[in-house]
Amino acid sequence: MTDVPPLLTTADGRPLKAALASAQGRARRKAFYLVAPLLLFVVFSFILPIGQMLHRSIYHDGFSSTAPNLSAWFAANPSGTEPDEAAFAALAADLAEMKKNKTAGEAATRINYTVSATRSLFTATARKADKLQPPFKEALLAEDAKWGEPVIWQAMRAASNPYTTDFYLIATDRARGADGGIEQVPENERIYLWLFGKTFILSGLITFICLILAFPIAHLLATLPMAKSNLLMILVLLPFWTSLLVRTTSWIVLLQGQGVVNNILVSLGMIGEDGRITMIYNQTGTIIVMTHILLPFMVLPLYSVMRTIKPSYARAARSLGATSWTTFRRIYLPQTLPGIGAGALLVFILAVGYYITPALVGGADGQLISNLIQFHMSKSNWSLAAALSGMLLVGVLLLYWLYDRLVGIDKLKLG
Amino acid sequence: MRHGFRLSQFKENVQENLPLHGENGVATETRANDFVVFDHVQKSYDGVSLVVKDLNLTIAKGEFLTMLGPSGSGKTTCLMMLAGFETATNGEIRLDGRNINLVPPHKRGIGMVFQNYALFPHMTVGENLSFPLEVRGMGKDEREAKVKRALDMVQMYSFINRRPAQLSGGQQQRIALARALVFDPSLVLMDEPLGALDKQLREHMQFEIKHLHESLGITVVYVTHDQGEALTMSDRVAVFNDGKIQQLAPPADLYERPENSFVAQFIGENNKLPGVIEELSEGKALVRLATGELIDATPVNVTAKGQKTLVSIRPERVEFKPEMMPPGAHMIGAEVIEVIYMGDILRARLKVAGSDDFVMKMRNTLGQTKLSPGETIRIGWHPQDARALEPM
Ligand SMILES: Nc1ncnc2c1ncn2[C@@H]1O[C@H](COP(=O)(O)OP(=O)(O)OP(=O)(O)O)[C@@H](O)[C@H]1O
Ligand SMILES: [Mg+2]
Repeated sequence: MTDVPPLLTTADGRPLKAALASAQGRARRKAFYLVAPLLLFVVFSFILPIGQMLHRSIYHDGFSSTAPNLSAWFAANPSGTEPDEAAFAALAADLAEMKKNKTAGEAATRINYTVSATRSLFTATARKADKLQPPFKEALLAEDAKWGEPVIWQAMRAASNPYTTDFYLIATDRARGADGGIEQVPENERIYLWLFGKTFILSGLITFICLILAFPIAHLLATLPMAKSNLLMILVLLPFWTSLLVRTTSWIVLLQGQGVVNNILVSLGMIGEDGRITMIYNQTGTIIVMTHILLPFMVLPLYSVMRTIKPSYARAARSLGATSWTTFRRIYLPQTLPGIGAGALLVFILAVGYYITPALVGGADGQLISNLIQFHMSKSNWSLAAALSGMLLVGVLLLYWLYDRLVGIDKLKLG
Repeated sequence: MRHGFRLSQFKENVQENLPLHGENGVATETRANDFVVFDHVQKSYDGVSLVVKDLNLTIAKGEFLTMLGPSGSGKTTCLMMLAGFETATNGEIRLDGRNINLVPPHKRGIGMVFQNYALFPHMTVGENLSFPLEVRGMGKDEREAKVKRALDMVQMYSFINRRPAQLSGGQQQRIALARALVFDPSLVLMDEPLGALDKQLREHMQFEIKHLHESLGITVVYVTHDQGEALTMSDRVAVFNDGKIQQLAPPADLYERPENSFVAQFIGENNKLPGVIEELSEGKALVRLATGELIDATPVNVTAKGQKTLVSIRPERVEFKPEMMPPGAHMIGAEVIEVIYMGDILRARLKVAGSDDFVMKMRNTLGQTKLSPGETIRIGWHPQDARALEPM
């Protein structure tokens, strides 16, 4: 069979491929119309907001739009150029404009993100901007000596372009030095990376505890007779039907210093009256309550996978000579991996972004990165919040990628 | 696609410790080497009803014994008790003279083939086969050799790196078989192993399993729904119903000499004529049907004149040509209702003694008389083909 097979055609002479495509085209269009509403919804409620958030994390025009003259000077002169009289003149013109438009605060806020305590520098100088006379360099320096500091000029240069990596620098505990180079902020000011690390470690710990607790429950659910397993399932799902706040407050009632658990321990004489354990408003509280809240997300994927594992596999293994432990380790556990993966991924991702529980029961040391994001949002520092969120997103995507490499996304089984 | 077998190596190895069974099947009298013994075994799951009622069964070494019976009759339960997955509520199960009631399944050394094959989906074919050898602590070289031999045995060596999901049903079945045999068990249990296969493949696999049994000299306890399968493969068949063995006999006996009306009904097609014993002399009974006609039969478990009975006759043993009948045999009138053409045979439905579900099978030969609906004929049979049984 060395000849190329003749092009197949339909009875009326059209090429088979084209005929097939047109026949399937209509079905495909129909299918598309059916999913179009969902597609639109996803685009408007998910893709656009996330895109906007990511855009915000690298875009801030608070300075570039209020200081057009200086921005033009920065664009014309490469980084490292000493600010000359022209630069100061542009600055003075911009400050005057700011006074007129009352935008000095906006510009100051933008610079203040990267160099702290510079707000008053802008607002105070702008107030007197009309009265500035050339030579502007001397005039401005006379107004405030800070105008001569290279750090300020570096910050203004970075801010003169609305597209900036500044917020990612802040989010990774770094800053631009006087020479324009990027360096780590002093040890006592580093918070973000540490908090990211803590968030990931705590989330990992919570995921692990959830797995340890959920595995036997899911196994029980999957092997019990229907009537009993349904009852147990309701108990597992009960937290879902209770308001998050109610659940969290009940934990406060249970765990607080004068709470149920401590009272029982004291009355049993296991701890003294003054030895009451602090289990809430700290890291321990965050771990306990979040484990409870996220447990169903581990149980359900595990259960759905375990339900499909036929008991005959275990029986086969036993009949082939394996002890019950070997059967569990070599036959049962590997088959539950898709469930473990799905549950762990789900719980971890939810934990990493969890915000309300740590806010309520975390106290000072139980706060996670999401609480900081929320803090910056409440302070209208959208770009930094977005940069932190962006990093969180990348971290989660990285995890997803890792999971795909190790287990395979096609094996993910959520229900 | 028919497969030959390359068994020589495997055979030698197993035969050292396993005697081959007799050529023409192990009959009930072979009691010298009782291998598996169910001794008054009872089983209840719920403490209310007995699923297995007083089971006494002895299986000889090298025997192929089939448990046949309707759904829910307790076949799987018996097999599970033997394998160790269910405990007998009462009674004793012995394997090779040893009471195994308390021996956990993994220490029984019994090979098992499941209906859905139960091949481990996360392991390749080779890993599946090497699993029982690994848990026995066997070295790598020995494992590989054994796996290869077992796979060669079922002609599947080229599939060693595939996963079970990449195999067809018949191929999976072969692998399951190879896995149950790879660790050289002397007893293999099979619970409806061919249930999920199509007819042709099933027949082929029946042949393969039978062949393996004969060449390896293993003892096989086989469970099936399919009476054809039971009859073609087994040395003996245990017909189960309602937690009891109704009859335990070689296939031919089971078919030709059913001991009670359940077995007569369950194995093959049977015509049943109810009546009353009119005369009873040694080996012969005269039965008067409800319509007053007399027929001949062989008494099986009827004992007295005047007793009610159910006479069963195989459709292929019914004759309608007087010259085929033995002298003195009774014949009765019948009306042809329909004749169905089935290729190799013609199947006529007749109205006999008031009921119209009497079936007669005729060979489709060149000179066969053509019967047509509405015709009245006279039918009869050899007295030994009609068996007078106690009605259930
Ligand atoms: N684990 C169990 N718990 C309770 N009852 C059971 C259990 N397993 C089987 N039974 C009951 O025991 C009886 C016998 O079941 P068994 O599985 O032995 O039948 P079987 O002969 O193998 O039937 P089939 O041909 O349908 O496989 C049935 O009535 C069944 O409902
Ligand atoms: Mg069964």
